Amino acid sequence: MLEEVKKKQYQNKVDEVTPTHSLWKNMGKAFLVGGIICTIGQAIIQMGLGMGLDKETAGTWCSLILVLISVVLTGFNMYPSIVKFGGAGALVPITGFANSVAAPAIEYKKEGQVFGVGCKIFTIAGPVILFGVFTSWILGVVYYILQALGVVA
Amino acid sequence: MKQTVGSQSISFKNPVYILESASIVGKKEGDGPLGQYFDLIGEDPMFGCKSWEEAESTLQKEAALMALGKAKVQKQDVRYLFAGDLLGQLIASSFGLVDLNIPLFGLYGACSTCGEALGLGAMAVAGGYGEQVLCVTSSHFGSAEKQFRFPLEYGNQRPLSATWTVTGSGAFLLGSTETKKTRAKITGYTPGKIVDYGIKDSMNMGATMAPSAADTIYTNFMDFNRMPEDYDKIITGDLGKIGQVLLIDLLKEKGFDISKEHMDCGIEIFNGEEQDTHAGGSGCGCSAVTLSAFILKQLEEGCWKRVLFVPTGALLSTVSFNEGQTVPGIAHGVVIERR
Repeated sequence: MLEEVKKKQYQNKVDEVTPTHSLWKNMGKAFLVGGIICTIGQAIIQMGLGMGLDKETAGTWCSLILVLISVVLTGFNMYPSIVKFGGAGALVPITGFANSVAAPAIEYKKEGQVFGVGCKIFTIAGPVILFGVFTSWILGVVYYILQALGVVA
Repeated sequence: MKQTVGSQSISFKNPVYILESASIVGKKEGDGPLGQYFDLIGEDPMFGCKSWEEAESTLQKEAALMALGKAKVQKQDVRYLFAGDLLGQLIASSFGLVDLNIPLFGLYGACSTCGEALGLGAMAVAGGYGEQVLCVTSSHFGSAEKQFRFPLEYGNQRPLSATWTVTGSGAFLLGSTETKKTRAKITGYTPGKIVDYGIKDSMNMGATMAPSAADTIYTNFMDFNRMPEDYDKIITGDLGKIGQVLLIDLLKEKGFDISKEHMDCGIEIFNGEEQDTHAGGSGCGCSAVTLSAFILKQLEEGCWKRVLFVPTGALLSTVSFNEGQTVPGIAHGVVIERR
């Protein structure tokens, strides 16, 4: 029993002396970086629309270009610095997703195309893909039921 | 010949000499406060190899050969190798040391391996099982990040309690006969126990390892009947800034104040603020290169007479961590004195 008390005391002491990042400062930086990425995205869409593309095609071009930029920055090892500053602001947009796929591809290339790149390319992005698809499936079912009940059109 | 003392320590009847040593580090370590002391600083993080793992193997091999070269000792005159690293199944040691053709004891003590290797090496020499043995340990930032965390190009925010794995390898040639160039002598060894205070945060290694360091240092004081003042320095491996505070606190509770004597290789090797390494350096290479380049030099120059060198290790794998296990620590204390 004494052991448990000692462990608890130690854990409290650890929490007391361990510094953490300031949440408000991090949120501010994330807002700024995430905002900049989204503004770039919006600019691409506006340009696309200006060039006579329809909204959907312009949106696809926007995703493609942002992913390309992110992958190139990952290749030059510059994306980690952006995330270090911007945190979730740089990880949540599609650029972060691209980074999480490109980085393992680069790292595991040495272990071969199949067992290296093939098996490990989605080690970070895998959960996002799996649970993203799963969540949309659940929402689809809910939507179907609501539609059947006549709640939504 | 009984050489045991106290509950778990060894007091060598005849000291074991550190005949020669070598330290090789990466660029970031070379740019740090201890940069001028290292034997070799590699500009290329890959050390001319294709992968991080091969690079780390090369580090070990070069450090071992450099120590032998400096001592002018042929590899066939080395009886045994005691070596380890952080990678799964010790691949850095296996592939780095294969060409040396010396019987090998592969060791894993996480970042405490340098202490374990020196302790076991000294035991082998003191017990008459070898005239000369070689102890080598290494770590590499790239291979450690890849194995324990994320690919290097992946963006993420490291907590302030995180440490930065040192790219480097240290090699130590131990022998029973003193030579002109002998750097220092090992007079005692306190192998450490696994100590688990239930910490689960793998990004706060200092906190996971401080209790084991406190246990080993306390046991060393008891077994050798010494006080903190009997050592010029008590040097832990890679507790970092947070672990240092916790260690001093834990020992104060046991009645010993080591705040004056304490030093940590992880804190010394980097300039935390400028080099953005957060809590400090870590890895089996961290304590090894600091011992070879800096600590032994201070002993040679007479600045210090006796130090307690305590590399610290956090015992975890990505599997144990994901399965919700705690992160226990281990620390091995080696008493090193001026020759």
